[in-house]
Amino acid sequence: MNEKTVNLLLVTLITTVNLLLAFIISGFVIWSVGEDPWFALKTMLYGAFGYDEGIGYTLYYTTNFIFTGLAFAIAFHCRLFNIGAEGQAYIGGLGVGLICLWLEDLPFAVILPTAIAASALFGAVWGAIPGYLQAKRGSHVVITTIMFNFIASVLMVYLLVNILIKPGQMSPETREFGENGWLPQMHELFGWIGIQITPTPLNLSLFWAFISAFFVWRYIWHTRWGFEMRTVGANESAAIYAGINVDRNIIIAMSLAGALAGFVGINEIMGFNHRILLNFQFGYGFTGIAVSLIGRNHPFGILLASLLFGILYQGGAELAFETQTIDRHMVVLIQGLVILFAGALENLFRPQLQALVHSIFKSSSPVTAHG
Amino acid sequence: MSPAIELRNISKQFGPVQANRNVSLKVESGTIHGIIGENGAGKSTLMSILYGFYQADSGTIQVQGQELKINSANDAIASGIGMVHQHFMLVDTFTVLENVVLGVESGWTLKASLDDARETLIQLEKEYHLEVDVDALIQDLPVGLLQRVEILKALYRKADILILDEPTGVLTPQEADDLFRILEELSKQGKTVILITHKLREIMAITSHVSVMRNGEMVAHLKTSETNREELAELMVGRKVLLRVDKTSSSPKHEILRIEHLNVKDQNEVSRVKDLSFSVHGGEILGIAGVSGNGQTELLETLTGIRSFQGGSIQFGAQKIQSGDKFDASLMRDLGVGHVPEDRQRMGLVTSFVAKENAILGYHRDKAYNSTFEMDETFMLEDCSSKMKDYDVRPANPELQSSLFSGGNQQKLVVMREMSRNPELLIVGQPTRGVDIGAIEFIHRRIIAMRDAGKAVLLVSVELDEILSLSDRILVMFSGEMMGEISADEADERRIGLLMAGIREKAA
Repeated sequence: MNEKTVNLLLVTLITTVNLLLAFIISGFVIWSVGEDPWFALKTMLYGAFGYDEGIGYTLYYTTNFIFTGLAFAIAFHCRLFNIGAEGQAYIGGLGVGLICLWLEDLPFAVILPTAIAASALFGAVWGAIPGYLQAKRGSHVVITTIMFNFIASVLMVYLLVNILIKPGQMSPETREFGENGWLPQMHELFGWIGIQITPTPLNLSLFWAFISAFFVWRYIWHTRWGFEMRTVGANESAAIYAGINVDRNIIIAMSLAGALAGFVGINEIMGFNHRILLNFQFGYGFTGIAVSLIGRNHPFGILLASLLFGILYQGGAELAFETQTIDRHMVVLIQGLVILFAGALENLFRPQLQALVHSIFKSSSPVTAHG
Repeated sequence: MSPAIELRNISKQFGPVQANRNVSLKVESGTIHGIIGENGAGKSTLMSILYGFYQADSGTIQVQGQELKINSANDAIASGIGMVHQHFMLVDTFTVLENVVLGVESGWTLKASLDDARETLIQLEKEYHLEVDVDALIQDLPVGLLQRVEILKALYRKADILILDEPTGVLTPQEADDLFRILEELSKQGKTVILITHKLREIMAITSHVSVMRNGEMVAHLKTSETNREELAELMVGRKVLLRVDKTSSSPKHEILRIEHLNVKDQNEVSRVKDLSFSVHGGEILGIAGVSGNGQTELLETLTGIRSFQGGSIQFGAQKIQSGDKFDASLMRDLGVGHVPEDRQRMGLVTSFVAKENAILGYHRDKAYNSTFEMDETFMLEDCSSKMKDYDVRPANPELQSSLFSGGNQQKLVVMREMSRNPELLIVGQPTRGVDIGAIEFIHRRIIAMRDAGKAVLLVSVELDEILSLSDRILVMFSGEMMGEISADEADERRIGLLMAGIREKAA
């Protein structure tokens, strides 16, 4: 057993134990309001996986979490706490929508790459400004990204109420754009090969999320740019010593984070809503932080954690629908417990589990004495 | 009479690391007892157990014949043990008196306890010849006096047994001699002194007994008069070591680095390097001596592009850099300057990276390690693996996380990275700080080999022994200024010591 495998095992074990604990406590809460925890669990799992519509919704939520989780993770490797995925996703969606409205007469093959580029660019700018302020002015990125979430929010209200609104209606939304700007949904794709499934918002963006996760993984751990970024994140003095431009790396990391968050706009605007509207990104950005932390800031872990939150979202909605005593708030509580145990308290049982793993695999890795 | 301290079979484990294994130690009353061992041998752990910072997993402690449980520093103080830490534990903005009283105030008001303490303290100072102005602010006192304050603090708390942890690390040779005189005075008056150090010279100079630790175990108890440096070194390392560095005289060639009127200010606009000029030639080792904190760090960081400078120029080969010119660490590397930084953990390594990643830090943009997009990891691995064998980095595992290497091997990893690029100029800061004797030997040989290959070496060290044994020429820095230049064959500890203390030789 080499050290890497042991570590992977340990991480998996810790996460599993923490999730179990979160679910056990959730079970007690559900039991205390007079519902059967087993029934609740079954309902959630059935809601998430039991039928094709459930699966569609689960994966549709998962897509958003992958993007926002990656947006947090990539900045985190540069030791930047990006709280701004919410705003970056919002502005990214604006970019997508504007392209789809503007180019709607052009073929889909032109619109798609342009829209992806626009979502990345808009999101990147929204991430880069806090990055610049952090690097050059020392304004803490946590504060500025939170501010930029608010700025994004009011900017979108302003644009949708005063400028982009479709004339003659009350709700602050743009008109629906032409079908050339619609990203094919899964049920359509399946329909083309003759399989009928229930329509859901799930669309091609899921694959783009997988591709993004793959590239983020390669970028962080296998390119010289990722190497520089990780060096800046792990030890700034060593980065300066190595001749690495710290400021530039901070700005790049925040831009990439913003671009990844911006892809939420592809899923939401191009893939489902087909118009720009208010708060389509609501909550995904913040949940992305938890997704990334539970996934250990690794793209593969983020895929799994995104799926977990997809299940919680979709299964939770089913649960709230099925039972009377459990409503939306109870579902939020369960999500909160998952974040608390798997995210915030992730090291609760680390010493014990570490000792356990060490005793099983009589540490084969060399350990040196510290003075 | 029972011994002042008797430890029996002390063991202490930190996770998988056995820091102390069945350690026994007897310290006779009124003696100066040295404990020597390399970094990581377990000296500090043992003393921390004695002083109540840690509790031993097993074993007993007897103080003046009485078996005790020491659960905190307060217990230790109550049983008459005082400790002078390596890094002083003093409040800069308080006076000497206030620092001494801090934590043991008596009476209802501060003034009352200060008045009480003043008498006692002045009495103590007279008794032990430890004169310090009791009303001076700590921040105004030189390092040598701060140590006196620490000793006074312990005496004021009625310590009969005084533990000093690496006390000479921040002192000039003269200040160290002063300290030794104080310790002798203390032992004459019946106090017991335990001196923890890794410097053989100090053990030989003042201790009466010495205990040697290696790998968490006590390997020998000796009378100092019946042993010698070679024997102690052998006991510390576990094999024969060469204490002297073998080298031929230098044959300097063309000038490689020339610095003229260099001025460096830190981020608070405090002048750190003042009007410094010197040059380094190929085939020589220029040593820069000085007490730590006299501008050496800033000089090194400037010459390697980490820090900007405010006046003067740096000429490297044909390239001349003026103040205000754009330059950074990667430019200096491209020019052929290798840099082994003073603090490997803070600057030389990213400890969370694996060895093969640290082996390319700073050279990671090199074409050899990169294809168009991704890095060539097969090559990185092979390259690192062969270099690790060449530089005897143990374990030679490129995939091992750097924090898991011992201090000596971490340093070898840094030395390996910088030397294997075959730089024209190698700038080395504290190459053997916190490094075991075996690795010191290796690093010194490599530095001399570079010199013999016609490369220039600029060596900064606060270990005077190291400067004296390696350098061909020696510059002494004090408070950012150059105090003087001495050639290796004229150099001796006393002359350099005076310059280190800021006392210029009279123009004769």
